[in-house]
Amino acid sequence: MTLLDISGVSKRFGGLQALQDAHLSVPAGSIVGLIGPNGAGKTSFFNVMTGLYPADSGTFILNGVPYNPSAVDQVLRAGIARTFQNIRLFKEMTVLENVMVGRHTRTQSGLFSTIFRTSFNRSEEKQVIADAMQLLAYVGIEKEAQQISKNLSYGSQRRLEIARALATEPLLLALDEPAAGMNQTEKKDLQLLLQKIRDDGTTILMIEHDVRLVMGLCSEITVLDEGRVIAQGPPESVRNNPAVIKAYLGVAHHE
Amino acid sequence: MTLFLQNKHLQLLALAIMLCFAPWLCMMAGGNYWVRVLDFALLYIFLALGLNIVVGFAGLLDLGYIAFYAVGAYCAGLLASPHLINSFAFIREAFPAGLHTSYLMILPLAALIAGLFGVLLGAPTLKLRGDYLAIVTLGFGEIIRIFLNNLDRPMNLTNGPKGINGVEAVSIMGTSLGKQIQFLGLSIPSVILNYYLFLVLVIGVVIICIRLQDSRIGRAWVAIREDEIAAKAMGINTRNLKLLAFAIGASFGGVSGALFASFQGFISPESFSLSESIVILAMVVLGGMGHIPGVIFGSLLLAVFPEFLRSTLVPLQTMLFGHVVIDAEVIRQFIYGCALILVIRFRPHGVWPKTRVV
Repeated sequence: MTLLDISGVSKRFGGLQALQDAHLSVPAGSIVGLIGPNGAGKTSFFNVMTGLYPADSGTFILNGVPYNPSAVDQVLRAGIARTFQNIRLFKEMTVLENVMVGRHTRTQSGLFSTIFRTSFNRSEEKQVIADAMQLLAYVGIEKEAQQISKNLSYGSQRRLEIARALATEPLLLALDEPAAGMNQTEKKDLQLLLQKIRDDGTTILMIEHDVRLVMGLCSEITVLDEGRVIAQGPPESVRNNPAVIKAYLGVAHHE
Repeated sequence: MTLFLQNKHLQLLALAIMLCFAPWLCMMAGGNYWVRVLDFALLYIFLALGLNIVVGFAGLLDLGYIAFYAVGAYCAGLLASPHLINSFAFIREAFPAGLHTSYLMILPLAALIAGLFGVLLGAPTLKLRGDYLAIVTLGFGEIIRIFLNNLDRPMNLTNGPKGINGVEAVSIMGTSLGKQIQFLGLSIPSVILNYYLFLVLVIGVVIICIRLQDSRIGRAWVAIREDEIAAKAMGINTRNLKLLAFAIGASFGGVSGALFASFQGFISPESFSLSESIVILAMVVLGGMGHIPGVIFGSLLLAVFPEFLRSTLVPLQTMLFGHVVIDAEVIRQFIYGCALILVIRFRPHGVWPKTRVV
């Protein structure tokens, strides 16, 4: 079953055609990779898909239901949670509080119940803390729950961003270069974490540069170049696709 | 002593006793004048806590906050003074006994109307941040003041720069807080009665602020302050939450404005100038943005310190030089400026910022 089905996406920034008729489909329960050379339009695709930039055209279907990527918070409510290429944590908040913010859409306490601290408010607050602690344990940073998030190590910050996104209980987790800046051990651990998340039922779409990680994790890969999809398929076929090799390595000039 | 340091209830009890006796001590030490200073300090705490929601929690720099104070003050001024009766015949006919609206009505009304004004200011400025937002809010504050200054024509709504006289004091169960009362053989002056009223309301506001801070709403505000895009990516409706911050902050301003009007008995647009907005912002920033005890401390400091200077500098100079060399007001401004620069340089998060386990 296809969880995410996007087609005909175009996006123009002034004179630059960032995306042209791009398409992508993500089967439920899988990890799909979105790769391409620098400037190919991967992050633009993510930003359009999650409502950060308005699309010029395109159809967006999540879980069989069309969604309109016009506002970031509405896309999240539709079921896509994302992380950012340059980590965007709430820096002055603690690690725990960051994940608690992720529970925002899954909780209801309003102004009245907050000011009068109703029993509903108190039990919900307790539940939010418990849920957030559980997620921190899930990604393996529960010991750092009370730290200010900006003081975490780079790898832990990435994990925290993933935990925060998972706290929204998304259908699809969209990761923008989750392994950027990680060393080999951290990448190994990340790979295990992402596999665990997939096995527990959350579908993952990721932009990644590390070929070994992508080939090892993804069941399907989409390759973008200059805003167009040039290849799509399982890792083996993509690796041997001449168009992909050309995009990454260029072609020899014969004079 | 260790028992005292460990037991939160004992500390609270000590604080409560201190707060109860503070005005009497002030009166013994310096008479009604110092109790008045204390009353105003409480009003400033009220205001600063409201502004702290907008600036400290949600990170929206508001330089026109005093406008909401003005809205609240004029609510009380119009509804509890003879002004409207004197200037409009139809109101005089409708209320032949005079307009004596109860503060039980005025305070919620002031909160509501100021809150509406907060939304009115918030709605067009949703996409603005930092300096740009500050400029627009500054303009808003001035617009309100100028309106109040000029709405004596074509019909006399605000009495213009002459202000509104004879605003009634708060009365509780038929007892006016505007005059001294006899209680168990003790005569309690009006300033002390008002002190207790303000104290109760300020404690209420502190509780509301603390509850908001550690809540779903408070966390969403801080998330917006820290990174608006990431907050949206967590599904937070930033528009509604920003408007909520503006509205709640403004309603606190409105209530304290109404209290101010009842306490002074007289209001004029002069009291709501830009410099007042800046003083309140300075209280929030100096104390520790987003940190409730810090904000309270900052307001106390900036409300009491100028009065302290005023009362010591003149006698000090006459003692040293035989006459006043520099006006106390000038020295106050100077010290104020120096203090702000020093705080920004050495304690950028305020004198008493939030401390956290690292």
